Amino acid sequence: MTSEHLSFRRKAVNVVMLSLTGVFTFLTVSTLFLILGYLIYYGGRSLDINFFTKLPLPPGELGGGMANAIVGSVKIVAMAALIGLPFGFLAGVYLSEFEDKLFSSVVRYVADLLNGIPSIVVGLLAWTLVVVPTRTFSGLAGSIALAVMLIPIVTRQTEQFLREVPLSLREGALALGASKWKTIATVVVPAGSKGILTGMILGVARIAGESAPLLFTAFNNQFWGGGITQPTASLPVMIYSHAIAPYEDWHRQAWAAGLVLIAMVLIANIAARLVLARGVSVPRG
Amino acid sequence: MATPAIASTAVIRQRTTQMGDIIARLITLTFAISIILITVLLVWQLWSDSALTRQKFGFSFLTSTTWNPVTEEFGALPFMFGTVVTSVVALLISVPLGLGSAIFLSELAPAGVSNILTFLIELLAAIPSVIYGLLALFTVVPLMRAYVEPLLKSTLGFLPFFQGPVYGFGLLTAGMVLSIMTVPFIISVSREALLAVPREQREAALALGATKWESTWQIVVPYAKLGILGSIFLGLARALGETMAVTMVIGNDPKIKASLFSPGYSIAAVIANEFSEATGPMYQSALIELGLVLFFLTIVINGVARLMILATTRKGSKR
Repeated sequence: MTSEHLSFRRKAVNVVMLSLTGVFTFLTVSTLFLILGYLIYYGGRSLDINFFTKLPLPPGELGGGMANAIVGSVKIVAMAALIGLPFGFLAGVYLSEFEDKLFSSVVRYVADLLNGIPSIVVGLLAWTLVVVPTRTFSGLAGSIALAVMLIPIVTRQTEQFLREVPLSLREGALALGASKWKTIATVVVPAGSKGILTGMILGVARIAGESAPLLFTAFNNQFWGGGITQPTASLPVMIYSHAIAPYEDWHRQAWAAGLVLIAMVLIANIAARLVLARGVSVPRG
Repeated sequence: MATPAIASTAVIRQRTTQMGDIIARLITLTFAISIILITVLLVWQLWSDSALTRQKFGFSFLTSTTWNPVTEEFGALPFMFGTVVTSVVALLISVPLGLGSAIFLSELAPAGVSNILTFLIELLAAIPSVIYGLLALFTVVPLMRAYVEPLLKSTLGFLPFFQGPVYGFGLLTAGMVLSIMTVPFIISVSREALLAVPREQREAALALGATKWESTWQIVVPYAKLGILGSIFLGLARALGETMAVTMVIGNDPKIKASLFSPGYSIAAVIANEFSEATGPMYQSALIELGLVLFFLTIVINGVARLMILATTRKGSKR
């Protein structure tokens, strides 16, 4: 009697808890669709051709857009990628190919910690390094902040995918008389290039959505601005400044910008993961 | 006549290949070292640029509750309070949610379903912080103000955490938003840790008559506990440093109150809000010192998390 009672209780706990884990998973995954649904609904209603072609207008005037922020984001992110991608790639090659046990594990650990530093703190670094000496907010300062965030991501991804290249490939190349660097350049890196490229795309997609490190580096700009040495508008910062402003029309613009930004980020993510390599994820502090 | 020429080309070739290797090694090494240098530079800049307030206030910076840029009196406590409270609220929600989901994905769901769901959860992690903020501002805040907070007040109002006026903006809302943002990290790392538990552990438990849940909860989860703890610490570090979403919903008021309904302020939020307008070296120094505090908080928690995760993967790879 007792044992039957007990086993019923155990069975009930089993069923309840296991179903609960399913419910939790459903809840978590459904937030993704909720977020996308809201953005498509509100953003879609607000998005028009003006958004892509016009400058932001003062509150009260309808028909403005964020053309300057789209271009600004592209400029800032491209510059950050130009600095961060080769930097991270080369450091990753060192970690994977020229291993020196103790030093490499220190670099690896520090790279992970750097990746975990809050983006706003990285913004402070770029402010002290670029904004203070040049005495002006600039797109370049923003790019440097984003590059500092990009480097550890690319380093670790490059290392990971180079390590997955089979040892026999390297041995084959070395046995044919190729030097080590030639082996790396012509055999190892091409073999791991798919994964590395995926990691790079995911890394760039991640920094493209950052706004905190741009607030006091790239700052913002209601106009086209004069190149990378001037304050530069970016989509994420525009979303922030428009969302917290008390104007209905600015909120509309913020939703539109949100939809554009998420479309860019998700397309990059899905394309990179599905087309190039499955099961890659970017560790995000 | 020909022999020495051949020999010398061989020597030259050998020397150039060696040179090539050395150069390649040096170039890549430079960049690897630079990663450490950047981190050191970061600490150095935060340290030296906060010298003014560090010298003026000393440790009282960390215990003072006054934040007055006009009279140049600066204390970090309200911001540390807001940062820690929102992160703790976030973890209270995201740990059960994340661990439950991780169990479902690693133990119950068929591999195909699990992979698709994990992919979707990773997309959740890729959504920019400011988008979370945008949604939270226009959907979560009104929802909290109209339904959730009044409900909590009427049911759990006897607790000091759920008293006082309801604004929608505040510590609770910020914590809720942070919980959604940290869940994906807890899930993906915990799932890895659970998947690394050897099959025999489960089979042995089931063979002894344990139910699926008992085998999972009493055998598999304890086996993977270091990795799970690591994932929680990782989520915590992320919550502590999260900026945009928190800034948009926390209420931005440097007060220390017991009620989770009341507006607060976090370290990251005050830097985001005030730094570009901070005039005067003292004000800037105070904000940079806040950045330094945040840096140390996250670096310690991250360091512990990475060590824990490292330990589990090493254990797993031995088998």
